[in-house]
Order: sequence, then structure tokens, then C-alpha cells
Amino acid sequence: MVETNISKEVIQGFVDGTISVEAITLFAVVIGAIFVNNVVLSQFLGICPFLGVSSKVDTSLGMGMAVTFVMALSSIVTWALQRYILVPFGIEYMQTIVFILVIAALVQMVEIVLKKVSPSLYQALGIFLPLITTNCAVLGVAIIAVQKDFDLLTSVIYSVSIAIGFAIALVLFAGIRERLETEDVPQAMRGVPIALITAGLLAMAFMGFANVVQLP
Amino acid sequence: MSKLQLITKGIVKENPTFALILGMCPTLGVTSSAINGMGMGVATMAVLIMSNMVISMIKNIVPDKVRIPVFIVVIASFVTIIEMLMKAYVPALYASLGVFIPLIVVNCIILGRAEAFASKNGLVDSALDGIGIGLGFTLSLTAIGAMREILGAGSIFGFSFAPGVMPLLFILAPGGFFALGYLMVLFNKVAKR
Repeated sequence: MVETNISKEVIQGFVDGTISVEAITLFAVVIGAIFVNNVVLSQFLGICPFLGVSSKVDTSLGMGMAVTFVMALSSIVTWALQRYILVPFGIEYMQTIVFILVIAALVQMVEIVLKKVSPSLYQALGIFLPLITTNCAVLGVAIIAVQKDFDLLTSVIYSVSIAIGFAIALVLFAGIRERLETEDVPQAMRGVPIALITAGLLAMAFMGFANVVQLP
Repeated sequence: MSKLQLITKGIVKENPTFALILGMCPTLGVTSSAINGMGMGVATMAVLIMSNMVISMIKNIVPDKVRIPVFIVVIASFVTIIEMLMKAYVPALYASLGVFIPLIVVNCIILGRAEAFASKNGLVDSALDGIGIGLGFTLSLTAIGAMREILGAGSIFGFSFAPGVMPLLFILAPGGFFALGYLMVLFNKVAKR
């Protein structure tokens, strides 16, 4: 499941039975989702917030945290819906409609609960939450997790790793864009075009992670 | 605004990709070849026209507070229909567009047009608006797809003219960002003068 250059300790742990096959598979899922198949830079999901929110490092961090929170919840809910409602009743074709409604409702609920339970967290994440419904990464990851036929644990870990990858890409990109602000960019390239070209360079850097792990 | 203007405005003045900068995920995700870009554009246009028409018809009976969820359900229904049709009649295209077909639901262009145009205008105008914006989106996606296919694979619409000599980079993820970025620069230079 994992490629050749895993370290000796891992192999020893594997032989001793202290590290299970599952743990190694999960590790591959995590590294694969964060770096190898980065959600923004190689799968092209969540580009809108990537271009829209990433002008400052702190707002990117807030957005990243909000997305992680919602993705973890939505992966549990959509997994359960798929497994216990859509498949038993043979209505898998309703997936798109059901998932988008559930995610929209979930975001609303998280907003209401956070406002009551933790006002400080709401202050930090609140403004990003309404934006998440239209973040295609959330729906996309829910659909991909179903397509890959993950179990609940893998599905949650996969979603959280994807969200961490999203946050990393966003924060890295925000750091670069803060510097771009002060640069003398040609008129026609200002704003989105130069941001896209910068994102292309970042995507090239992330290509360096290719084949670090073999994806499950 | 005349009927003809409704159709032509989406091509340059309100081009969804280059002027409004909406719907970036499918714009980058599926444009590794001209035919994929065109297929995605046409699928999105079909959903846009139908959802615009239905939303302009129901705009008076939907309460203001729940209009966004209602719009999303209408859009999601048409996406599901398109998804099933594509699965049945163009399975190869369906396979290569993958997860981006269900993701038409969250394409901001469609919800944006529902909110900004169809919920304020009549049936015919909304349909024409859907055709115009959809046409602009299809043309942009085909252009990006063609550029990436020519530069990355040395072919156009599947007809290969220089196989194996072009840098594969343009087919891969970074090439998507570069192609869209530089086409946007070109658009700003030419169209916004």
C-alpha cells in the first residue's frame, strides 16, 4: 500500500504488529490529501476562496479553520446519509441534491450553535461560514469520499487532511500575495491574473511531492 | 437592453470567466483539452438556461427569506438530470469530467444569474440571459482548453499535429493556472481598452 522507501522502524513496527496496516494506509491518506493531491493546487477545488480570501495571512487562517470544521462534520453526515439512506432505498441519483442541502443546513446550524456556545470562536470564524456553502471543495470532497468507498474513520481523516491541505495552500498563497501588493506589476496583470500565475508556480512546487506516497 | 444584447453581452462585456471571474473551479479543473472544456461549458449552459427559466417563473411565489435554498434545489435538480443524461449518452465525456459535473450545483455563475437576473426578469429574457452567459462560459472554457491542448499535447480537438514534442506541463495542474492567467492578461489588454 505504501511505497518502497518507508523507514526501517516502520517496517520493524509492522513486523512486530505494533503498527497496523490500517495505520500505514491512513498515513498514506493523510500525506496524499495534504501534499500530493493538494485540493486547491492539483484538484482545482475551492479556487473561489483561494483567490478571494487569500489576501491576508490571518483571514486565510480563519477561513482554513472554518473549512476544516465544516468538512469534518459534513464528512460524517454525508457518509451516514449515503450508507443508511441513499443506498438502502436505491436513490443514489439524489446524491447531489441531498448533499448540497445537508451542507447548507449544516453550515447554518454550525453558525447558530457557535454563536450561542462559543462567541469567541464565532468572532473568529463567523464571517467565513456563509461563504463555505458555495465552497465547492466541501461538496466535492463529500462526493469523492463516497466514490472512493471509504469507511467512516478514513472518510473523516481524509476530509480533515484535505481541509488542512486547503489551509496550507491558502496561507502560503496569502504570504506571497502580501508581498505582491507592494510590487510594481504591469497594469494588465494586476489583481487576479498575477495571482493565477503565482498560483501556477506554487502548483509547480507542489508537483515535487508527486509519488511521495502511493494513493489508496 | 435589446434581446440581441442579452445574448452577446456574455461574450465580452460580462464574460463570466474573464470579466466577472466566476466559476473558477471547473474553468481550471476540466480544461485539459478543448473538447472537455466545451462539454463542461455546454452542460453548464443547459443547467443555466433551464434554472433561469424555472426561477423566473416561480419568482413571485417563493418567499424572499427562503429563496436561496429554493434556487439551490432547482439548480441541483437540473444538474442531476444533466448528470444522468450525460452518463447515458456521452459516457466518455462523463468519465473525464468526473466530480465536476455534480459540482455544477455550486458554480457561482448559476446562482449568481438566478439572484441577479432571473429573479427580477421575465421568462424570455431570463432564457436569453442564460444562453448569453452560457455561451460566454463555453467560449472561454473552449479557448482555455484549446490553449492547454495545443501547448501541452500538440493537438487540437483530438487532432494531433505535433505529438510528443510539447511540454506536458500545460496539461498538468500548473498549466491550468498559467493558461488562465495569461489569457486573462490578454483579455484585459484587448477588451478592457
